[in-house]
Amino acid sequence: MGVAAAQPDREVLLEVRSLQKVYNPGKKGEVRAIDDISFQIYKGETLGLVGESGSGKSTTGRALIKLEDITAGTVLYKGQDISRVTGRKAVLEFRKSMQMIFQDPFASLNPRIPVKNILGDALRLHHICETDEEVNRRVNELLDTVGINRSYANRYPTEFSGGQCQRIGIARALCVKPDFIIADECLSALDVSIQAQIVNLLIKLRKETEMTFLFIAHDLAMVKYISDRIVVMKDGKILEMASSDELYRCPLHPYTVSLLSASPVTDLRREKQRKRVDYDASLHKYPSGVSTGMFEVAPDHWIYCSEQEVDRYRQAAAARKKAN
Amino acid sequence: MKETILSVKDLSISFQTLDGKVSAVQGVTFDLKKGETLAIVGESGSGKSVSVKAINRVLPKSSTRYEHGEIIYQGRNLLELPETEMEKVRGKKIAMIFQDPMTSLNPTMTVGRQIAESIIKHQRLSKEEALREAVNLINLVGIRNPEESSKNYPHQFSGGMRQRVMIALSLACKPDILIADEPTTALDVTIQAQILDLIDELRQKLNMSVIFITHDLGVVAHVADRVAVMYAGRIVEIGTAEEIFYHPQHPYTWGLICSMPSLDTRDDTLYNIPGAPPNLLQMPRGDAFAPRNAFALAIDFEEKPPLFKVSVSHYAATWLLHPAAPKVAPPEEILRRHEVFRSFYQSGEEVSVYGGSSGAAG
Repeated sequence: MGVAAAQPDREVLLEVRSLQKVYNPGKKGEVRAIDDISFQIYKGETLGLVGESGSGKSTTGRALIKLEDITAGTVLYKGQDISRVTGRKAVLEFRKSMQMIFQDPFASLNPRIPVKNILGDALRLHHICETDEEVNRRVNELLDTVGINRSYANRYPTEFSGGQCQRIGIARALCVKPDFIIADECLSALDVSIQAQIVNLLIKLRKETEMTFLFIAHDLAMVKYISDRIVVMKDGKILEMASSDELYRCPLHPYTVSLLSASPVTDLRREKQRKRVDYDASLHKYPSGVSTGMFEVAPDHWIYCSEQEVDRYRQAAAARKKAN
Repeated sequence: MKETILSVKDLSISFQTLDGKVSAVQGVTFDLKKGETLAIVGESGSGKSVSVKAINRVLPKSSTRYEHGEIIYQGRNLLELPETEMEKVRGKKIAMIFQDPMTSLNPTMTVGRQIAESIIKHQRLSKEEALREAVNLINLVGIRNPEESSKNYPHQFSGGMRQRVMIALSLACKPDILIADEPTTALDVTIQAQILDLIDELRQKLNMSVIFITHDLGVVAHVADRVAVMYAGRIVEIGTAEEIFYHPQHPYTWGLICSMPSLDTRDDTLYNIPGAPPNLLQMPRGDAFAPRNAFALAIDFEEKPPLFKVSVSHYAATWLLHPAAPKVAPPEEILRRHEVFRSFYQSGEEVSVYGGSSGAAG
């Protein structure tokens, strides 16, 4: 059975192998939130993870940063198995390298602590700064980086707007100078005009620091805009994986096609002509015994399908390439 | 010209809060035509929800003040109707659906009974007849096994199905007007597309008028015949969907359009509107958008711009349309759209652009 292989010439930062997360295993109400997925994240890239609610995209993000226990499979971060990272010290060290930005900018900041302490506590906890003077200097630098006025350092989270809170959330993630940031729907609680500001901030950070990003979202246009490669998930499985240009020019899996066709566009003429394609999930309920997996149907374009379907997808990919 | 079914005239609403008076809506004027979909777009705090909640008078009584203005429906000002009369309009003639279907439904009652309750309240039907009608409505909104589903409780439905139940509930009395307040914001894109199509299909079938509130311009493009853009309690631009998408005049509309990437956006940075919406407690002097407006003129900081006429159906509140205003170059994307407008939509009709006479249209 096929498993997506890494491109040989690129440095892998994080590798997920046959990851599974099952809630209530063996009981009534068993949920396979992540159902045997494998993928790689290369150093310095932004990987987009899209899917509808319940697809397992957030659980995947949380599993990678050890906010969720893994049921089976391995996650290798910089070559190290993250399930072996146990104990307070080791986890702290791990989180120094990997950080997360959350969806709800208000709920993810403690309302009773002023901003300078939200950032300062993180700096002290990780022994990045020891003296008050150092902490203050670094807090000011961080606020500059995310575009919050330094004089606001004494304010509490409730005194900020949603966009500003999200900037503070980003500053907190940046405290430890991480190599890898997971952004879980970090735009969806924000107004349109503010979303663009936050996206530009993330892009600026990526340019300046060569950080690696996992960008989890459901807004396809935004994911396409910010990501180098995109993973499409549904019901705990990865259905398609390709570079973002390839995925939008040549979506192959019927689910990706339907997702793209459902995404409204801000161009009236195209929106009025847009034909919605419904996805019939029963097409892909493979009977037991059928061997399924990830297959490469075009260079670095992977599809989840059965062995019988591979040729059809390959032909479709080749035909599309010719047409373009 | 289609007949006007609802007119909102110079509506101003304020809230009394502990921090002082919040002017949430300031002089909003629009008409709703029979059978059309009017979309109202704006960010949070722009007053879009407050404006439409005022139509059905569902704002909290204790803190809301209707400063001035009127809402004319069937020749009567809804703001002056006694509550008993208003009850015959609210829900029956003008129905609403909201963003979160779970909090709008009673969790302890089967959906069939909830719909039947509304029918019994507004129409003289027996309980059995009302329940049968409820099953019909559940069928109409595309829920499978309507008979069975009517006996289920809200928590047994998914988000999209719950929104369908809400729509069935709102249609119970065959309303003239459906107000949909961000009905798809909490839903996945695939489900959102289904709900949008459902609302549009029902609008045509039942010849309803729809007021659709959203912050998503993609959704607007899908549903709207006409669009009103709101900012800080005022309508800053209103026009047909073609005019707003391809011939926008207000810098805020430009910003909204440009800050959403399309599937072929390739620029290094996204166009963005700097800063954040104003605090409604401390409104700046002049145009509320001026501090964020890259195209602001000196007068923007002094005086609020009136709505300038661009065409018979298109108005925008920006001093850039004043005859004496300097010409400015809008973002590239907007120029591209203006080009589309010229080649596809402008049918010989003279439309003033940038500093042209504000009354040249028509």
